[in-house]
Amino acid sequence: MRDYRQARWRLGEDFLEPLVFEMKGGGGSYKFRIEEGILDYLGVSDPWQLIPPDLRRDEVGLPSLTEPRVARHFVRLSQMNYGVESGPYWLGSCTMKYNPKISEKIASLPQVSRIHPYQPESTVQGALKIMFELSEMLAEITGLPHFSLQPAAGAHGEFLGALIIRRHLEELGEGRRDEMLIPVSAHGSNFASAAMAGFKVVKIPADGRGRIDLGALRAAAGERTAGLMTTNPNTLGLFEDGILEVAEVVHSAGGLLYYDGANLNAILGRVLLSSMGVDVAHLNLHKTFSTPHGTGGPGAGAVGVREGLQDYLPVPVVRREGDRYVLDYSVPKTVGRIRSFYGNFAVLVKAWAYLKMLGSEGLRTVSGVAVLNANYAKSRLEGLPGVEVPYGRGEPCKHEFVLSLEPLKRETGVRALDVAKRLMDYGVHPPTIYFPPIVREAFMMEPTESDGLDEIEDYVRAMEEILEEAAENPESVKSAPSRTAIGRLDEALATKRPILSWRMYENKRREEEGRGPG
Amino acid sequence: MRAHRIVPNSDENTVKIMLSKMGLSSISDLFSDVPREIVLREPPNIGEGIEEEELEREAREILRLNLTAEDARCFLGGGIWDHFVPPLVDFIASRQEFLTAYTPYQAETSQGALQAIFEYQSLICELTGMDVASASLYDWSTALAEAARLAIRVTRRRKVVIPRSAHPERREVLRTYLRPLGVDVVEVPYLGEEGTVDLEALEGSADDAAMIYLESPNFFGVVEDSVEAAADLAHSRGALAAVGVDPLALGVMRPPGEQGADVVVGEGQHLGSPMSFGGPSLGIMAVRGEMRLVRQMPGRLIGMTVSADGLRGFTMALQTREQHIRQERATSNITSNESLLAIRAAVYLTLLGEEGIRSLGLKLVASSAYLMRRISEIAGLEAPVFSGFHFKEFLVRAEGIDWSEIPERMARSGFLGPLPIGRWYGELYDCALTAVTERLTKEDMDSFADALGEGVRP
Ligand SMILES: Cc1ncc(COP(=O)(O)O)c(C=O)c1O
Repeated sequence: MRDYRQARWRLGEDFLEPLVFEMKGGGGSYKFRIEEGILDYLGVSDPWQLIPPDLRRDEVGLPSLTEPRVARHFVRLSQMNYGVESGPYWLGSCTMKYNPKISEKIASLPQVSRIHPYQPESTVQGALKIMFELSEMLAEITGLPHFSLQPAAGAHGEFLGALIIRRHLEELGEGRRDEMLIPVSAHGSNFASAAMAGFKVVKIPADGRGRIDLGALRAAAGERTAGLMTTNPNTLGLFEDGILEVAEVVHSAGGLLYYDGANLNAILGRVLLSSMGVDVAHLNLHKTFSTPHGTGGPGAGAVGVREGLQDYLPVPVVRREGDRYVLDYSVPKTVGRIRSFYGNFAVLVKAWAYLKMLGSEGLRTVSGVAVLNANYAKSRLEGLPGVEVPYGRGEPCKHEFVLSLEPLKRETGVRALDVAKRLMDYGVHPPTIYFPPIVREAFMMEPTESDGLDEIEDYVRAMEEILEEAAENPESVKSAPSRTAIGRLDEALATKRPILSWRMYENKRREEEGRGPG
Repeated sequence: MRAHRIVPNSDENTVKIMLSKMGLSSISDLFSDVPREIVLREPPNIGEGIEEEELEREAREILRLNLTAEDARCFLGGGIWDHFVPPLVDFIASRQEFLTAYTPYQAETSQGALQAIFEYQSLICELTGMDVASASLYDWSTALAEAARLAIRVTRRRKVVIPRSAHPERREVLRTYLRPLGVDVVEVPYLGEEGTVDLEALEGSADDAAMIYLESPNFFGVVEDSVEAAADLAHSRGALAAVGVDPLALGVMRPPGEQGADVVVGEGQHLGSPMSFGGPSLGIMAVRGEMRLVRQMPGRLIGMTVSADGLRGFTMALQTREQHIRQERATSNITSNESLLAIRAAVYLTLLGEEGIRSLGLKLVASSAYLMRRISEIAGLEAPVFSGFHFKEFLVRAEGIDWSEIPERMARSGFLGPLPIGRWYGELYDCALTAVTERLTKEDMDSFADALGEGVRP
């Protein structure tokens, strides 16, 4: 067995690293000095005199710590966190690929980091050029000619896409179309985005092969249909091979086809979204185009549309006029703005750099190996005891696949959650679990193109050992993990008795002390 | 398929081994489920892939066209600011454990991120005087829109009141988000003299409101002196009181939590992150600790719990509000947020500490007061335009002058700013917004004032 231990800093009886509020100071922290001459010029001796008395604040409540203490604190915290460079990170649906360092280097140049969104256009031509070039590359990759780079993440892009569909239908006098069709296997954000854009959600079941049930889709599509939101490959990692029929049904009912780009990595450079009949799509640049996930953002969710829908894009749009780049605010039927400024620019720069480095051929290398790795891992795992492949047995998966550990649970009482927790003890990050909801005890695995063969084999061995352990000693798997910074956490308690800030924690403790012992 | 340096199994040999173990001969076998008619014969043309050195050269070549706040001195604000970023913040945020990890769904292997974000939430609570802060939203504008949606759910009303002096882009975003819900956005005027909200007008619009929002400092840099009155008004009419803040003002100014706010939103980009042309940014949201508000919050919340081995630990909390469980009935669709910026803000606020945040606030007050007076002494210029108390930002007026050409002229003299605001406020067509940061020296401000005097001279 691999021997792995995550760093564990246990500095107190019942805690790991203290909270910043619990650490003791000494020495000095930052101090910003007012330059000589400024107060004299203003005719005051004390800067507090400049603030009206009823607006002043006496105390804030921040800690007072020296830089070395702060550095150690956050470095220790980082050591108790698992990243893509720690090891395999097959978090299905999230495309946790390696993030090239050159992208970081370029994005940290002051020409990226220290420019202001309200500078005159003539002084940000480089920034606009990169945004323009990125849009052009995304257009080539998807076949959708017009892009907005404004959305801050995938879900933000979905919301924008749904708004575009809504606006377009209103424009056509089809405003009565208020139903968004969404396959049951879709990501939660699809349903939520459609609802935020004012649509009623109609769920479309999967057929026995894990694809959109065409019969059910035909039955659901009609006069009220605004569109269908789907991802392809779907969240089971299976290509919707009926996508052309799906598009046909949606279009002939008068709706639009929305594509959730979370799974684009599987078909990068191999299929154009436009050829699948997609009208509107978002791409998750932090997945497919390898910008780092940052423990949950910042991401970027570029939205592309087919010809005829460009007039609804949010303002401003980056355009080229001769050899100059401009921010165009005159989009006639724009849905409006969905955030301040122009998008998560630093993230866009990283995606641009990644695509430049890959080039046309590299696109296929990425999707080819991502799919190769997933199929290889699937072939190695599907025969293991306690594991079943509920959908897609005997056919290739795409960039990810979903196992069900239902047999294991039936036989040993060990759940997908327990196996996930035990995987951490092997120094790998667990897959996405309990998603998509149509698979029981789901184990959604996405190796990406960044793992080598030996790492995949290691992962498989870890799974073999855990499944064996589950059969022999289920209790020990149920009590995992034991090699992470902390043992299994009571997640329900965090909801039942919410302590969401230092303040709430202190109040809670005060309350308990007030009650006294016994 | 061509092998690539950043793709481990892409060499011909490994591909062959893996395929043969699966009884396949070609990668294209793995795509046999894709309808033939949509399979591309050639990859899309995005150009030949280039190596790192060439890429860096090309990037620098393009980016050279940008004028940075290193080359020029930055007096621009309006929601993004060029504040000092302590080097430790960059160092911590570039650790791969934070940089590359994703949402801490698996808490035991993600304690570091979870605790750091819990600390961020806690620090924001201290600053704002609220009890619960979210793990982050996209930016101030979307935080405002989400606050309105929250208020609509809590009150079951369909009207939102916002002053015209709130940031114009935020007002636009608010409208975009509320349009599908058919919710009215009512804008109330500001007082022509003080620049603060017209309380009487606010009162006149308050009936049936779900939320009454004040921004302080507002877009003109003016601190609202009647947050408390507005909050009282909101409460007396059954609305939620929401306040938008620049968190750096809260080192020296009364927090909204002490002034009756139910919800606080704001921008956190400048808490340790660079401007980056406006993104990524950090949407702040905090609420009072009433469960009817907390349960309606959008997005992620990190909470404290205990482990099987008896230790305090952290995990995501109240997840049934979120899209992955509640789907179309979720409080929001947000999934990825701006976590890394939240961690940056945690490092920043901890590092600055009590003394840092207070001395910074005072320095910003002093610098803006200094620059206002310096500019006002120049013939033809007026600063500030409004008589209210200003924090960090203010309007300059050059009476009767059209500002459109001036920013370019200022850039040529080595200054970024000020920002003409006529495109949003026709009545203030001869005004421009100026901001200071602690990076600017007295000499910078003197030369900016002089250049501005030159710049507006016809
Ligand atoms: C299939 C799918 N759709 C949409 C999203 C939402 O993307 P984001 O987290 O960027 O908002 C995700 C990711 O979490 C996803 O996996």
